[in-house]
Amino acid sequence: MKSYLSPLTTLQGFGRYPQQQGYIYTPLSTRECQDHLPNLTMPCITQGMGRSYGDSALAEHVINTQQLDALLAFNPATGQLRCNAGVTLAELLSVFVPKGWFLPITPGTQFVTVGGAIASDVHGKNHHHDGCFSECVASLEVLLADGDTLTCSRSQHAELFHSTCGGMGLTGIILTATLHLKPIQSTAIMQTTLKARHLTEALDLFASQDQATYSVAWIDCLAQGKSLGRSLLMLGEHESGGTLHTVKSSNVSVPFDMPHLLLNRYSIRAFNTLYYARIRGQSVQQRVHYQPFFYPLDRIQHWNRLYGRNGFVQYQLVLPQDAGKEGLHTILRHIAASGRGSFLAVLKALGAENNNLLSFPLKGYTLALDFKLTPDLLPFLDELDARVLDFHGRIYLAKDARMKASVFKRSYPRWEMFQAIRAQYGSLGRFASLQSRRLGLD
Amino acid sequence: MQKLLIIGATSAIAKATARRFASQGAHIYLLARDAARLADLAADLTVRGAASAHVATLDANAIAEYPSVLNTAIQTLGGIDIVLIAHGTLSNQNACEQDINLTLQEFTTNALSVIALLTHLANYCEQQQHGTLAVISSVAGDRGRQSNYIYGTAKGAVSIFLQGLRNRLHKHGVHVLTIKPGFVNTPMTAAFKKGILWAEPDTIAAGIVMAIEKQRDVVYLPFWWRYILLIIRAIPERLFKRLSL
Repeated sequence: MKSYLSPLTTLQGFGRYPQQQGYIYTPLSTRECQDHLPNLTMPCITQGMGRSYGDSALAEHVINTQQLDALLAFNPATGQLRCNAGVTLAELLSVFVPKGWFLPITPGTQFVTVGGAIASDVHGKNHHHDGCFSECVASLEVLLADGDTLTCSRSQHAELFHSTCGGMGLTGIILTATLHLKPIQSTAIMQTTLKARHLTEALDLFASQDQATYSVAWIDCLAQGKSLGRSLLMLGEHESGGTLHTVKSSNVSVPFDMPHLLLNRYSIRAFNTLYYARIRGQSVQQRVHYQPFFYPLDRIQHWNRLYGRNGFVQYQLVLPQDAGKEGLHTILRHIAASGRGSFLAVLKALGAENNNLLSFPLKGYTLALDFKLTPDLLPFLDELDARVLDFHGRIYLAKDARMKASVFKRSYPRWEMFQAIRAQYGSLGRFASLQSRRLGLD
Repeated sequence: MQKLLIIGATSAIAKATARRFASQGAHIYLLARDAARLADLAADLTVRGAASAHVATLDANAIAEYPSVLNTAIQTLGGIDIVLIAHGTLSNQNACEQDINLTLQEFTTNALSVIALLTHLANYCEQQQHGTLAVISSVAGDRGRQSNYIYGTAKGAVSIFLQGLRNRLHKHGVHVLTIKPGFVNTPMTAAFKKGILWAEPDTIAAGIVMAIEKQRDVVYLPFWWRYILLIIRAIPERLFKRLSL
């Protein structure tokens, strides 16, 4: 059986900036992947669903894992699942939710692969209690550049495990993963929405609502003055009673690129005002299905087209707890004053940092924003980077499309250890992305 | 529980269809060339709820092996409720035009092997007086076009063979289903530029499962290909021969 190599194609991440000409190789089995890799004469990078926003899965030679999508073994007594890395979270949920199991950690879209979730060490609305995706990963099989496959975990080749989780595909190719699922009694979530009139109130709410299993805030990044940082804080708890029904969600699609002028400061300001006013009281409780709670944007296919043909950059930063309040005020003021807004701005309190060398989260606050790509955006983001560094924060690699190497190296101090481990496993020069080259991880 | 035999089981459409039957708790027997991929697929179907998932390797061109392989499959399953024949290769038209052996090889893989398999399986179903024979043909078999008429000829032969088989087996309670997918986004078509006419394998699989349940005779998947082909077939040959399709 032969594998498939695409013609030379224009490749882009979900933010559609930047672009790269490249070939996509799609192995049909892990065996083919093992045979292919040692014979490859150029560096490659692994890609799953292509949902990282920037250039972390772009290269001249991309290995796509979507056909490596088998569920290999499941133990219904313990919830332990072994599967290929190309399985999507959507597929896992569609198979296991009816059996009463859920992902212990899930990002804001289910259209990512297990391998991608591990390589970006993604986090979700329960990070403050449960940590990153790697927390539900017991072990991995990683294909190294020489064609050998190693099993790694917290106790076996631990340094490979901790550099592969969050390692952006730069150590090797994740072939299979063993995960733990968590039992649920119902597909319903009890959602509580709390209104915060400004940033200080929002941060106080995160502190006072710390016991909530899930928490995230939508933040109006165009509000200024007394309303700077006004937010809607959404909390969620799994319901204990009810059913395990899955919904046939009614999807809508953005059929083509919207004119890039559609999203401007006026339209976004109008949207934000309406969105904030939607919640009338101080606190509103609703019983909702898990899909709209965790994956509100998954219902809008190709939502990235809203930003027009030129694409957008998603910018996600984290600031440590003690710098948080002052830092966020400074950064939000800077963004609000610039008039650049995103109607998908998200604020969340994160839990402690883990042992993975390039994992993003720190104990503190994270802010995620979309910025439409305009000629003056990149210098503006460099200014934001400088402020993030001032407050000892950092930028999320899964979203990054433009950070400078110096910024990366200052904010991810374990990068040298990461490179040393890559050298030890023969990964240097064999796995590389547009991002890794830009960040000086050659 | 339904007993399902799938030939060409690792193809994208077959895999998606098998997964749908697995979640209904079917007994499934898989035939394909690649043993490693078969083993992974069997494990996958078991996790998804298949009552059993057995595998054996088979090269569609090894026609002499069919009787013993099929008999083993039928014995293991203890009878057959549904057969899905899904193997095939997308012929390289230009290469075939320059190479007689390649042309004949493509015709063997895409038509003769299917006819040989169905000859055996049709007799079995006729004897047991029930069963569904579901076969993946193609919209390409509805009219010859310069861009892929080797593939189209083979699929057209399969479609006509199935018409005759349906006519013969109807009175024996055997359901014969001709499946005509349009463009499907599979590894087989990885080298093609994709447009709005392209469908995902799982969309085709959902259509196959429904067509089997509803005992349909011929299905175009997605359904609107019926209308596209209606137009394509209606173009007079005098005009059609001048088109670059």
